Amino acid sequence: MKLSALHQSYLNRRSNSFRSPTSLDSSVDGSGKSLIAVFWLILHCLCCLISLVLGFRFSRLVFFFLFSTSSTNLYSAPFRPDLPVKHLDVHTIGRNLDPGANGTVAMATKSSRVVVGRHGIRIRPWPHPNPVEVMKAHGIIERVQKEQKTIFGMKSSKMVIAVTPTYVRTFQALHLTGVVHSLMLVPYDVVWIVVEAGGATNETGLIIAKSGLRTIHVGIDQRMPNTWEDRSKLEVFMRLQALRVVREEKLDGIVMFADDSNMHSMEFFDEIQNVKWFGTVSVGILAHSGNAEEMVMSMDKRKEMEKEEEEESSSLPVQGPACNSTDQLIGWHIFNTLPYAGKSAVYIDDVAAVLPQKLEWSGFVLNSRLLWEEAENKPEWVKDFGSLNENEGVDSPLSLLKDPSMVEPLGSCGRQVLLWWLRVEARADSKFPPGWIIDPPLEITVAAKRTPWPDVPPEPPTKKKDQMPLSQGNTVVKSSSPPDTANITSNGEENKTGKIRLR
Amino acid sequence: MKLSSWVLIFLLCNLTFLSSISAFRLSRSQPTERISGSAGDVLEDNPVGRLKVFVYELPSKYNKKILQKDPRCLNHMFAAEIYMQRFLLSSPVRTLNPEEADWFYVPVYTTCDLTPNGLPLPFKSPRMMRSAIQLIASNWPYWNRTEGADHFFVVPHDFGACFHYQEEKAIGRGILPLLQRATLVQTFGQRNHVCLKEGSITVPPYAPPQKMQSHLIPEKTPRSIFVYFRGLFYDVGNDPEGGYYARGARAAVWENFKDNPLFDISTEHPTTYYEDMQRAIFCLCPLGWAPWSPRLVEAVIFGCIPVIIADDIVLPFADAIPWEDIGVFVDEKDVPYLDTILTSIPPEVILRKQRLLANPSMKQAMLFPQPAQPGDAFHQVLNGLARKLPHERSVYLRPGEKLLNWTAGPVADLKPW
Repeated sequence: MKLSALHQSYLNRRSNSFRSPTSLDSSVDGSGKSLIAVFWLILHCLCCLISLVLGFRFSRLVFFFLFSTSSTNLYSAPFRPDLPVKHLDVHTIGRNLDPGANGTVAMATKSSRVVVGRHGIRIRPWPHPNPVEVMKAHGIIERVQKEQKTIFGMKSSKMVIAVTPTYVRTFQALHLTGVVHSLMLVPYDVVWIVVEAGGATNETGLIIAKSGLRTIHVGIDQRMPNTWEDRSKLEVFMRLQALRVVREEKLDGIVMFADDSNMHSMEFFDEIQNVKWFGTVSVGILAHSGNAEEMVMSMDKRKEMEKEEEEESSSLPVQGPACNSTDQLIGWHIFNTLPYAGKSAVYIDDVAAVLPQKLEWSGFVLNSRLLWEEAENKPEWVKDFGSLNENEGVDSPLSLLKDPSMVEPLGSCGRQVLLWWLRVEARADSKFPPGWIIDPPLEITVAAKRTPWPDVPPEPPTKKKDQMPLSQGNTVVKSSSPPDTANITSNGEENKTGKIRLR
Repeated sequence: MKLSSWVLIFLLCNLTFLSSISAFRLSRSQPTERISGSAGDVLEDNPVGRLKVFVYELPSKYNKKILQKDPRCLNHMFAAEIYMQRFLLSSPVRTLNPEEADWFYVPVYTTCDLTPNGLPLPFKSPRMMRSAIQLIASNWPYWNRTEGADHFFVVPHDFGACFHYQEEKAIGRGILPLLQRATLVQTFGQRNHVCLKEGSITVPPYAPPQKMQSHLIPEKTPRSIFVYFRGLFYDVGNDPEGGYYARGARAAVWENFKDNPLFDISTEHPTTYYEDMQRAIFCLCPLGWAPWSPRLVEAVIFGCIPVIIADDIVLPFADAIPWEDIGVFVDEKDVPYLDTILTSIPPEVILRKQRLLANPSMKQAMLFPQPAQPGDAFHQVLNGLARKLPHERSVYLRPGEKLLNWTAGPVADLKPW
């Protein structure tokens, strides 16, 4: 079908109509044949030269004007203005040039409306998408997908109960908005239980209200400590509080733990619908600190280390169920913390890798009926939640079970990584405007100590306007050159609260 | 004798039924609809017992040696001729007794002379065909008995038995004069075209079944692409200005819809081509240099509704498969309004088309699996041949009557091969 230039030379195509007299018609006598051939050759060369000068197929244009039939159509807005856009019937041309053409050629065009030859490229006057049609198409896509869901998808879907421990800090809005968007995309019913350390604040309340989901905002009085160790302990306490809420309200669905800095894939929510009582999924662990320079350095260091030491078995950064060949749960994969021994972050804003616990809560999902006081068919291998003693040390959801081997591995037995664990926090002394809204707008511009952009462009000549009298006695800092560190450090840190715009 | 043959046939049917359980399973749980074309509900007919085919034993220079010289012929889209022979040699419809045969098959591989790029050159094919026919005419009496009217040939090239890749030249040559009375099994089909003889059987081009099955994705993956197409819009090597290739239809698709978010069209060769087709609702199947293309087969296998942009095309097994109900036909002149046409199709019609496409017998009929399975393209060809039986009385010539002109055609074709 696709013809290469190899056996279809350009010359062949161009001289298509000219060669037919010599090849097909052998009845013309010899001398006349050579005269006609010479004449066509000269004409052909002339047309070639003219086409070379003009830049389009002059010969076709000539024949069009000489032998045009009534079936020519000119199309509006031709995209290629150099191309003589016309509908040619090559057989009429062929017939004029080649009086001895086969009768079959005429037969092809007699009753068929399809003709061979050069056709125009039809372009409509406004070749751009029509919004009404785009919407109709999306309606069709939705209908098709709905049909697919009813045929192949879940017959009955359970509600998703998301449990998120959080507290107010610089990156809270960043992380929590990610969770908001993930939960908004979930195609099932969602109840979101947000437990906040330091009491339920408006800040958090505003973020979760934007989701439009049914939320239960619980506050606990303790403030979040500033070491990772203590933080995870408090988070466990907060999650258990949320589970108590599930038990009291008798919420019916599947409980999953959506830590606010984790990333969830939509397949995760589809997969957990398959859980019967207690399931576990594989969690990808991103144990880097998030500091770009640190990461680059550690990458280089790591490469050096790899070259020096032979083969450290590469640790898969995945925490999740381990199965044998018959897809039965035999244990758990744990994140290998040995490479980070002694180098991990202790305080929340340490510039070092943050390590996960042995088994993160986010990798487990449970049927909410396990937590109820009275539920039919509740399996015996589950401890009664009401009588759980927290002081005994609950470090992972497995403490809720008497028999951990009854856990169901999900995501094709842990082979699919459905969510990603990450802990990134800003510096402890970082400040941020409440609600991340700067109102009224700031009046002072200060160049930051470190910018990701190597060359800060010079200030535009409207600098004079910046020097107009200000309402308060704040000094005006000229920032015409790249980081004027002397100027800035003398004024104090760039992180001062108040009306300073950070660039 | 008769009873035992009926018992044998009954047992054979049972065996084929049992083997169909392990057959090429493509549609798993989607509800489907029965397909019945203009010839009735014939897709699942079993040709065994309805006809007998005699396969000529040609010297291997016509088939095996050609294949040995270039084994790429087994994988390209013209491989149907090779697999047809292999299927017939071991099929129950084959008979070794030519006296009782209804149809005669001539296994000659005319589309196996490949360029280094893999494209078949048709320049020697007429001579090869002619030489094969001369051979069978001189060694067996069956050709002269009917002048080939009960013989069939597989000619899967671009324009069938016109043996040329360029349409004008193909039209100029016409069908090989010696094949005037034979039945042609070809991929090319266009109404009122010289190269489509009346009574020809149109088959789909060969597409490798294993390759397609290995790219299946879970059926619950939602179809999120509205229109999908991958291929050339302008054939810059052979038609730099555009307007010749595909009669300007592909170029029109590009110019009108290149910035339309609903149309996922490009000239790239992605590795996820088959997977993407399974995520699309409509797949464009425009004409190229010839009106047919393997895209139709791929679209049917992957459940994507084919949008056929080729005026007057005759689709494979047109009497057995109601293509109007399954695909969407768009005239070449309506290509600029393709988005309006496609979005104005009611969703119920689209769902019905998808149900028809999900019918396993539909998918099976488009394939040439090895070994052959019931309902596949081989069987549809035999069904088509069986529907043409019994031969009319006029097929058999009176002694001494000659209808074919053995010296017709271009002089170059008369040279021996």
